[in-house]
Amino acid sequence: MTQVSMTVNGESVSGDVEDRTLLVEFLRETLELTGTHVGCDTSQCGACVVHVDGKAVKSCTIFAAEAEGAEVQTIEGEAAPDGTLSTLQQAFQDNHGLQCGFCTPGMVMSAKALLAENPKPTEAEIRAYLSGNLCRCTGYHNIVKAIMAASGQDVSSIAAE
Amino acid sequence: MPADGGIGASTKRREDVRFLTGLGNYTDDINIHNQAYVHFLRSDVAHGKLNRVDTRAAEKMPGVIRIFTSKDFEGVGGIPCGWQVTDRFGEPMQEPKHPVLAEGFVRHVGDPIAAVVAETLEQARDAAEAIEMDISELPAVIDMAAALEDGAPKVHEELSSNLCYDWGFVEENSAAVADAIANAAHVTTLELRNQRLVANPMEARVAIGDYNRATDEHTLYTTSQNPHVIRLLMGAFVLGIPEHKLHVISPDVGGGFGTKIFHYAEEAFCTFAAKAVNRPVKWAATRSEAFMSDGQGRDHVTKIELALDKDGHFLALRTDTLANMGAYLSTFAPSVPTWLHGTLMAGNYKTPLIYVNVKAVFTNTVPVDAYRGAGRPEASFQLERVIDKAARELGMDPIELRRKNFITEFPYETPVAVAYDTGDYNATMDKLIEMADFDGFEARREASAKKGKLRGLGVNCYIEACGIAPSNLVGQLGARAGLYESATVRVNATGSITVMTGSHSHGQGHETAFPQVIASMIGIDADQVDIVHGDTAKTPMGMGTYGSRSIAVGGSAMVRAAEKVISKAKKIAAHLMEASEGDIELKDGQFTVAGTDKSVAWGDVTLAAYVPHNYPLEDLEPGLEETAFYDPANFTYPSGAYACEVEVDPDTGKVEICSFHAADDFGNIINPMIVDGQVHGGIGQGIGQALLENCVYDSDGQLLSASFMDYAMPRADDLPFYDVDHSCQTPCTHNPLGVKGCGEAGAIGSPPAVVNAVVDALQRAGHDITHIDMPLSPARVWSAMQG
Repeated sequence: MTQVSMTVNGESVSGDVEDRTLLVEFLRETLELTGTHVGCDTSQCGACVVHVDGKAVKSCTIFAAEAEGAEVQTIEGEAAPDGTLSTLQQAFQDNHGLQCGFCTPGMVMSAKALLAENPKPTEAEIRAYLSGNLCRCTGYHNIVKAIMAASGQDVSSIAAE
Repeated sequence: MPADGGIGASTKRREDVRFLTGLGNYTDDINIHNQAYVHFLRSDVAHGKLNRVDTRAAEKMPGVIRIFTSKDFEGVGGIPCGWQVTDRFGEPMQEPKHPVLAEGFVRHVGDPIAAVVAETLEQARDAAEAIEMDISELPAVIDMAAALEDGAPKVHEELSSNLCYDWGFVEENSAAVADAIANAAHVTTLELRNQRLVANPMEARVAIGDYNRATDEHTLYTTSQNPHVIRLLMGAFVLGIPEHKLHVISPDVGGGFGTKIFHYAEEAFCTFAAKAVNRPVKWAATRSEAFMSDGQGRDHVTKIELALDKDGHFLALRTDTLANMGAYLSTFAPSVPTWLHGTLMAGNYKTPLIYVNVKAVFTNTVPVDAYRGAGRPEASFQLERVIDKAARELGMDPIELRRKNFITEFPYETPVAVAYDTGDYNATMDKLIEMADFDGFEARREASAKKGKLRGLGVNCYIEACGIAPSNLVGQLGARAGLYESATVRVNATGSITVMTGSHSHGQGHETAFPQVIASMIGIDADQVDIVHGDTAKTPMGMGTYGSRSIAVGGSAMVRAAEKVISKAKKIAAHLMEASEGDIELKDGQFTVAGTDKSVAWGDVTLAAYVPHNYPLEDLEPGLEETAFYDPANFTYPSGAYACEVEVDPDTGKVEICSFHAADDFGNIINPMIVDGQVHGGIGQGIGQALLENCVYDSDGQLLSASFMDYAMPRADDLPFYDVDHSCQTPCTHNPLGVKGCGEAGAIGSPPAVVNAVVDALQRAGHDITHIDMPLSPARVWSAMQG
């Protein structure tokens, strides 16, 4: 066992982990931050996306020990402390960008990273960026729409073509 | 309408807030003090004889609490099948035992052989690797036609063959259909495969068993669409636990799409093992396990023949289908290719004679059962593909050929045993034409051609049967369950309301949409109403959510219970206002006496019900809580018309969806935003089936598509924006809300639209291609173009 320390959602945390413990396991099981989900075992689905030092990372693809000293943000750190949803979260609700909610934390964290890089992405840019995040409920329509809305674009007339 | 939205409002979903902030409570988020972990050792061969399973070395591994094999389940029932199909000779289907852990034989890759319970998951996995096994591999049967040949290896040695049943529907029509086909002016024939799919909800299955020695109560937390069904099946048929000692909880569930209907061995195992080791026992499937243990979908091979007269009127339809059951009968598997498929073969058309033959086949593959649409996508795909082919052969416009044969008068008795109550197929087609700008297609095709792309347009219709179903009818058809739904409407003393529904939400938005109905009925704000679901200790016995039944059956039960509540509340209001009960009206949360200015508020009446000081106690019990069980009188019949435009790259065979339009008739709508979302998701899965997804076994039964690396799930950049409309509304005539259901429509209506569009593109480019089997991958399309 190794002790790791990092900052998660602004708070300093530490815990003992095995070398093989993944960051997502540390978040979910040690810290009990169960908003980050596991949807596959091949790093394909993106349900576990968190931010590590400001970058979107699939937390199933790095060991907890690799995040030593890092600044980690999970979905639990996205809303304001009083519970007010962020612009992005609010856009997901306003545009029905989620159904079962299981992929949602990863989607929001990926979308947040996209908007940090590209504040007004096109539909095609959003779709390309989200290709590592699977959703089985929405057909992606309202997720793409929500991200466009969160970036201040007019989404009132969106339909095919 | 109440301020925050009643029936017809696109009220934002209240459940979203917890899902968006990481506060959802999915089964894998639950950990119970002192819990142990399970790892299943699964077969890596498709068929084999288990000569020896030696757990002695593994039991000495660190952290192992106990290792279970089939010996521990002697005296425990098999996993039951919930539907018995009778074959066309009047005999019951062949129904082999489905043991919790493999007994003597393994019959598909993933079949569980042993289960290790250990202090940690890692220790359970490590110990499983130390189990010694001697398995004699046996020849596997994978292909359905080969499985039915004389002398084929049998999946179940004790059965007479691999044929589960040979079903004919309607058997008495067989000769007349044959005669009509033999004498028709034109017969169009098509052979096709509706490929095997994996539902893949993003949350894989999880089960946690917990046992309380003090009370002899078992609790199972499970990712189920229908916890009461699991309690009944597992309690009564597998483990022999009476319902009052068995509590099943399905908390937030991350998608289902059918595959979380079924009762699974892992649920029974965790419940059983929790008592055996006197510890809570948790199992969470990896995605790889999900691929080899979740009930899979579709997998039909069909020959369809459509007989027409010289003017294009449909005269008769005949289908021959092989339907794959996999290695064991999953909970509702036998019903899918029969009663959920054969009864839909009339589609939107007045074909007078129909005969459907289905042979269900056992193979050494993962069991197959309902997946979004369940039988209806298979029916719609055959029908709409063969009609498109017939239109080409006859030189007719495919829309005109459909219109010529549309059912236009309702109610309509089909020749396949169902009666459509309402519909207007010309209206949805007219709407589609308005949405999709068919007049502009030629210009778009030319623009595509300038880019070197082949553009095509595909159109189709669909009908589905939702709101399953009248219990006495399905009982006659072999269902071993009633298919009513239940609700308890509990009015609290200060007027807020808690509704306990037997229905279950795993993404459909019940917690938002159901309160909209109550809010409209009483005239209070929807936020005064909460929905409780997914817990057998809190909700009345109900059958859960599948087959687009939640609002049509569960919503109807809630309305009936609310009507009882309102009826009693009016009696109380009449007493308070010293008026006649018949003169009391309820509107906007106020009871009034007709023709007077007297009124009393909803909250005053509810308070009187629980603080009955001024109350007609001699005539009326205190309290305000009512339960209703609603058994539907018929299925509901949503319908629609869909159009897809594609571009095919002739150099690579890659298909791109350019546009997708859907005009649906769902009857009345409770929350249009949620309905749009349901259709989007269904279309996304349907396009996934048409272009991408394929569950593939090799000839030895190895599952080649066992991860998201190999099974092509649709991703954001594979799919377009969809243009959906549900303004055509012919309300259902037999349920109180006039609703039909919208959950599966997109998945049923979209695959034929996509395939019709690709065939159209290739035909316009001069290729003599009438069909390509799904998924229309670049390799398949390109190969077809090479001749």
